[in-house]
Amino acid sequence: MEKSIDLINTRIRDGNARVVTAEEMPAIVDELGEQGALAEVDVVTTGTFGAMCSSGAFFNFGHSDPPIRMERVWLNDVEAYAGIAAVDAYLGATQQSETRGDRYGGAHVLEDLVAGNTIELRALSKGTDCYPRTTLKTEITLEDLNQAVMCNPRNSYQCYAAATNSSDRALSTYMGSLLPHHGNVSFSGAGVLSPLANDPGLRVIGSGTPIFLCGAEGMVIGEGTQSSPATGFGTLMVRGEMRGMSPEFLRAATFTGYGATLYVGLGVPIPVIDLGVVRSTAVRDEDITTSIVDYGVPARDRPVVRTATYAELRSGKIEIAGEDVRTSSLSSFRKAREVAAALADRVRTGKMGLALPIRRIDATRRVHPLRETQRTPRVRDIMQRAVPHIGKDEEIATAARTLLKGETNHLPVLDAEGKLVGIVTTYDISKAVVQPKSGKKVSDIMTRRVIRTMPDEAVDVAARKLEQHNISALPVVDGDGRLIGLLSAIDLGKLFGGRWRR
Amino acid sequence: MKLLVTFSRKGGREPVIARTVKETGVLINVERANIDSMAGEVLVDVPDTDADLVCRKMRETGASVRILEESVLRDVDECIDCGACISICPQDVFSFDGEWRLVLDGSRCVLCGKCIPACPHHALSLLS
Ligand code: SF4
Ligand code: SF4
Repeated sequence: MEKSIDLINTRIRDGNARVVTAEEMPAIVDELGEQGALAEVDVVTTGTFGAMCSSGAFFNFGHSDPPIRMERVWLNDVEAYAGIAAVDAYLGATQQSETRGDRYGGAHVLEDLVAGNTIELRALSKGTDCYPRTTLKTEITLEDLNQAVMCNPRNSYQCYAAATNSSDRALSTYMGSLLPHHGNVSFSGAGVLSPLANDPGLRVIGSGTPIFLCGAEGMVIGEGTQSSPATGFGTLMVRGEMRGMSPEFLRAATFTGYGATLYVGLGVPIPVIDLGVVRSTAVRDEDITTSIVDYGVPARDRPVVRTATYAELRSGKIEIAGEDVRTSSLSSFRKAREVAAALADRVRTGKMGLALPIRRIDATRRVHPLRETQRTPRVRDIMQRAVPHIGKDEEIATAARTLLKGETNHLPVLDAEGKLVGIVTTYDISKAVVQPKSGKKVSDIMTRRVIRTMPDEAVDVAARKLEQHNISALPVVDGDGRLIGLLSAIDLGKLFGGRWRR
Repeated sequence: MKLLVTFSRKGGREPVIARTVKETGVLINVERANIDSMAGEVLVDVPDTDADLVCRKMRETGASVRILEESVLRDVDECIDCGACISICPQDVFSFDGEWRLVLDGSRCVLCGKCIPACPHHALSLLS
């Protein structure tokens, strides 16, 4: 049996469509069977409410007198992209305020507009014959704008990799605070309620699909940027009128150490047209698997620590390396439910009809990494290879001589097997001279917790380590912990001074 | 443990904090201070085991000391019930109820402040 979209829309118009949320659907399918569920249910509503950095809005401000061709535009000191026509701009959610730091950004401007607050608009121009004005400053509200169209290049990830951190430093990321030594797991996504998890084959969600966007009626434009449905990470590009949106379903936020982002409430109503839809909407948290990746490794291809289902993630704790680790979510399941419920209500009461995609999204797409034509330099390319070093049982005086002879300030300390066990600096040695009681051997005065790097590490990552720990050199070790070089701030200076050319 | 120390400066300028540190040997961490010409209010953090001693000494110097027992504060209008704070708090103060709403067990809170920067919505704070 199949059900036509016209039949579903007729039932919606007549007010007798059976509309359920994606959370309720699995139990209905269990009870009635697939055929029974197809006959019974007309629409399944989905919902998600989480941080969606790739969001923003197009504005048309209207013309001033005398007119200006806005070349640069700021809204409450947050710059919008104005390289589109004369009085249009696109404001991105993660753009940071020029005066208020990361506590205020594009996302906050959007929330302020939707909340009805007044926004200061500033614009600059060089002035042209047709647009003579060069500066403009005024106060606007959402009502004053000709158009305010939210247009989000990438929303509603099908599922999202969860994050943990094996390093010994707490990390501030777009996945929230990640405690050291796998201290917690942070995840995102609505699981059972996630729109694309309920249509992973993109059979009924595509260009033209009507959606719920931040409280207003919106529409799927098409495939989202970075969409990769073939690998389980599809995304949607969506739009919606900002008038009609509500702060209930759109919230600005800040990830400490990362910046501003927008929490977007998005729901897609799924028409139950055939058994394929029944099956895909019967998905449960238990069936949706994602990977937990280690953000302690600062590379693009971060290692996967393990995989987990949303049921496991949502349970509050998960096992990593034999230990229970607490999990927490960045997206709000309660708000996702509110979105799905509000959308169900809208469809049930006939305020919103459904449509099949006018163009389907290619479900076989997968994302590729950036083609980098300039090879990013690795530590091995610029490290010093012949590095003066010292054994841990040597006398401090020997260390002092070695430092002098090598004209260096850092002396890696090795054990009998050549493994790095510490580091001494000229400062440590001066201290030992002033306080002779601290010991005679190098191992008595060395720093044991050595921040180190590997030959394959990107130079940018190593440079960040130097900066974060406020040190000026990093010993380079191989996979076995044996010393093979040293990277100093001076080497980096040469690199960024332009010696690095391909 | 957090202590809220208030003192008047009418009877001379008694160095309450410095004297307490000197006489007890306890290291006191001043978290917040609000002092004008007539009175002062200082929020300090002391090791739990030394709190009694510190309180006694401070009271002897004429200050009044209140042990802060209230927990972290949540702005319910800002909170969206994401739960990001749950795994950050070392004291298990936060959890979800059956409706995925965030609930707090304030009695467990030690006012360490760790959850505050972890909340993406700036819904958490230590003092009203
Ligand atoms: S992290 Fe903030 S917004 Fe999220 S549940 Fe905790 S208090 Fe609420
Ligand atoms: S202040 Fe510390 S103990 Fe209190 S809720 Fe926040 S993280 Fe937990």
